[in-house]
Amino acid sequence: MSESGVKRVRTTSWSAGPGCHGGCGVVATVKDGRLVKLEGDPEHPWNQGRLCSRALAMTQYVHHPDRLRTPLKRAGERGEGKWEAISWEEAYDLIEARMKAIRDEHGPESFLFTIGTGRDIYPWISLLAYTYGSPNIVFGLSGNSCYATRISACKMVQGDYMVFDAAQWFPDRYDDPRWVQPECIVIWGYNIPASCPDNLFGHWIVDLMKRGTKIVTIDPRLSWFASRSEHWLQLRPGTDAAIAMGFLHVIVNEGLYDCAFVEKWTNAAHLLRTDTGRLLRESDLRAGGATANFVAWDAVRSAPAVWDAASQAYPAGAQPLLEGTCEVALADGGRVACETVWTAFRREVDRYPLDRVAEITMVPAEQVREAARFYAKAKPAAIHWGVPIDMTPNMTPTAHALAALWCITGNLDVPGGNVLARFAFNAVAYALPGTKSVFAPSAEAEAKRIATDRYGIFKKFSLRAQTDVTLEQIFTGEPYPIKGMWMAASNLIGGLGQDPKRWVEALKKLDFVVAVDLFHTPSTQLADVVLPAASFLEKDGVRSWWVPLQTINKAMTVEGCKPDIEIGFELARRFDPGFQWESIHDLLDDILKPSGMTFGELQEKGWAFPPEGHPSAPYRRHEKGLLRPDGTPGFCTPSGRVELYSTLREEWGLEPFPIFEEPPLSPLSRPDLAAQYPLILSTGRRSPVLYHTEHRQIPWLRALDPDPIVEIHPATASEHGIGAGEWVWVENSFGKALFKAKVTLEVPTWMVMAAHGWWFPEEPGAEPSLHGAFRSNANNLLPMGYQGKDGQGAPIKHGLCRVYKATPEDVIHA
Amino acid sequence: MREKKPRNGLLIDYEFCTGCKACVVACAQEYGWPAGQGGMRVTEILQELPKGRGYLSFLPFPTESCVLCAGRTRKGLKTACEQHCLAAVIRHGPVQELAREMERKPRMVLWAPR
Repeated sequence: MSESGVKRVRTTSWSAGPGCHGGCGVVATVKDGRLVKLEGDPEHPWNQGRLCSRALAMTQYVHHPDRLRTPLKRAGERGEGKWEAISWEEAYDLIEARMKAIRDEHGPESFLFTIGTGRDIYPWISLLAYTYGSPNIVFGLSGNSCYATRISACKMVQGDYMVFDAAQWFPDRYDDPRWVQPECIVIWGYNIPASCPDNLFGHWIVDLMKRGTKIVTIDPRLSWFASRSEHWLQLRPGTDAAIAMGFLHVIVNEGLYDCAFVEKWTNAAHLLRTDTGRLLRESDLRAGGATANFVAWDAVRSAPAVWDAASQAYPAGAQPLLEGTCEVALADGGRVACETVWTAFRREVDRYPLDRVAEITMVPAEQVREAARFYAKAKPAAIHWGVPIDMTPNMTPTAHALAALWCITGNLDVPGGNVLARFAFNAVAYALPGTKSVFAPSAEAEAKRIATDRYGIFKKFSLRAQTDVTLEQIFTGEPYPIKGMWMAASNLIGGLGQDPKRWVEALKKLDFVVAVDLFHTPSTQLADVVLPAASFLEKDGVRSWWVPLQTINKAMTVEGCKPDIEIGFELARRFDPGFQWESIHDLLDDILKPSGMTFGELQEKGWAFPPEGHPSAPYRRHEKGLLRPDGTPGFCTPSGRVELYSTLREEWGLEPFPIFEEPPLSPLSRPDLAAQYPLILSTGRRSPVLYHTEHRQIPWLRALDPDPIVEIHPATASEHGIGAGEWVWVENSFGKALFKAKVTLEVPTWMVMAAHGWWFPEEPGAEPSLHGAFRSNANNLLPMGYQGKDGQGAPIKHGLCRVYKATPEDVIHA
Repeated sequence: MREKKPRNGLLIDYEFCTGCKACVVACAQEYGWPAGQGGMRVTEILQELPKGRGYLSFLPFPTESCVLCAGRTRKGLKTACEQHCLAAVIRHGPVQELAREMERKPRMVLWAPR
């Protein structure tokens, strides 16, 4: 404390407040218990003093007059906007009684726990759900279409997730001699200046550009990056997989791949049976052979060579054939013709000659060829992708194609490439697909997680229920009834859930709904109990989302509010008689145990980087045996190699090679709809000052982005008689919403981009308004139930619509 | 005679300004400006280039309310906008020094608001 009553607290921003996925080091100045300033921490290696508008507006956020400051109990009908203030003790008692009654009568799985974007809420909602006994943690987007689906897809192909390399692994960052600057970064559907998704500081890419990294942009919008790119491919939304297959076509046929990596580290040499189309396994060759062992053709002995998955090796001296066909004798005495995975992969890739790619994507063939060559010849090069990859039903094959790109070009886990990302020191607070935290559902509960019986990738990697199936189950009650919901910072009605009116109906079917948030939202208005949550400045916590390992340090309190960790902890203690932690700090110590530090010790340091040789520190970990639990070199996949042919997709009865499939609601797949709705509707472009559904009540931020905007090309606007700044309806067969036209060259003539997450905190909370939740809600035009074949991905970025001017009466409210 | 104090200014590298508006809110926080006012504005400029190409730029502009954070810089701190600029494209300093910096790189603009 420098002056009396003034303290400066160094902490990590994550969650409520800026709303983002966090990581920035900040210094909070608190005077007499009030936040008077929040600044970037110049000493922090992550952001080096820089800070975004949302974090810089925290004084208006923390002390906002509309913040919820006491638990509320519904006084009238649900949605009537009548509330009674109750104490925390009353709220806990009421919640405990109601939730226990539902558990006793219907089973714990009948209670859902919903969350929003990646916050420091997920660990505590997991703690709560799993101690209560429910496996059903739900994320509201159709097809679970944000990030977790990409992670699952990457786990499937290469065993680990990965991110672009901006030297974030090292305290001295770009000065570290181990790091190499990427020569090229492909920005695939991602407008970094506006957000920092995926646990990356968006502007690291700008740092790299200043140092000379060249950019390739894949985006239908003329983003800031697109303007500054060596190559900009302005594709039709939803055709990303076709561009990726086009890239592979160029790279494979022009020999621009890293042959040594393909031979040694992928399953390219494994044999496929031409009769069944499936992988040949040791069990096919001899009775008692392992089904987990695959087979290659040994070019030296002209005989099959078994790939022993346990030792990750072929017999000594074997030289597996990479390309070609062979005939193999089977255990049953028959013979079968086989080909290598690489041969079949090349055939799949050859289905995408560039003229076909151009036809699908609307990008001229020559542009695809030049961009593919540029990427493949740059060493090292990284690809960084955004949610458009998730937001299409063909999401898993799209991710598979992209993973194949960085793998076969030799850019996986190399300096300056796509580097494998693990939780720092393997300390996991927020478990992502394929990882385990200290909280886990019981096997009995896990068996009931919604849709795991239907979708293999959900069962194998994801920790959540499949959203579309969950919504249906609320209405059908099959295979078991859904009776309650816990919503934590999860604005299903105001921007997260597609078809928001259906979500309203669903909430009304439930017997008991608890909402935890900092402000009232359209969603909290439909709850029975609302609990006032705390911002990141009001709590202790840890952050291990990739590196470094950081603590969140409580700087202040706001009377009446409690952090999610405390709420989860208190109720978990009530739900589980065997609850094992004495205090929150005990729990944090437990999470941090793999780092060898206690919460207090890490707090002293502020942040810590895993040392070289640790599995959570780069590079080339597959060569060093740092990835697999058995310590053998290789990847955490069934074969131990990067799987160009996915063993798991084969098992799940899905296309084992990457493919492009036409989206379900496009001009090509639905010409009948396109006749009425000729424009492609895309949504979800990020605002640099508003995070998803948040911040509409923060004056500094709202002034910078005051209205729901739809971007329309000048020619299209003129054709429809729409002037700049006029209010227009965007409409399709699912619904309509009101937006203010931004007439701009940022979008092509054939597409409009509607902002998402719009509701109006200044309007009445009671129904039918629900804070104006349905007036400018892009989700009115988006359906639920169009998820991908594996449950992952949904058509959120590529619908159809028409636009027309709103009447003066329509505009009165707006 | 007292030597005239050098005039200070802000050098902006608009090639790399991404329009994040951290400078606007950093200034608002520093001086408690009401929403909509403050020492910094960011303008979006979408240029139409030949062959149907577009080019998106942003330009931070110090308004009449910019005081070049005299109080902060006296204490050896960066201006609020320079410290927080996510793209690190704002530099505060004596105009003459910043003008020399401009020789080295195109797409820069030098403001001397006070």
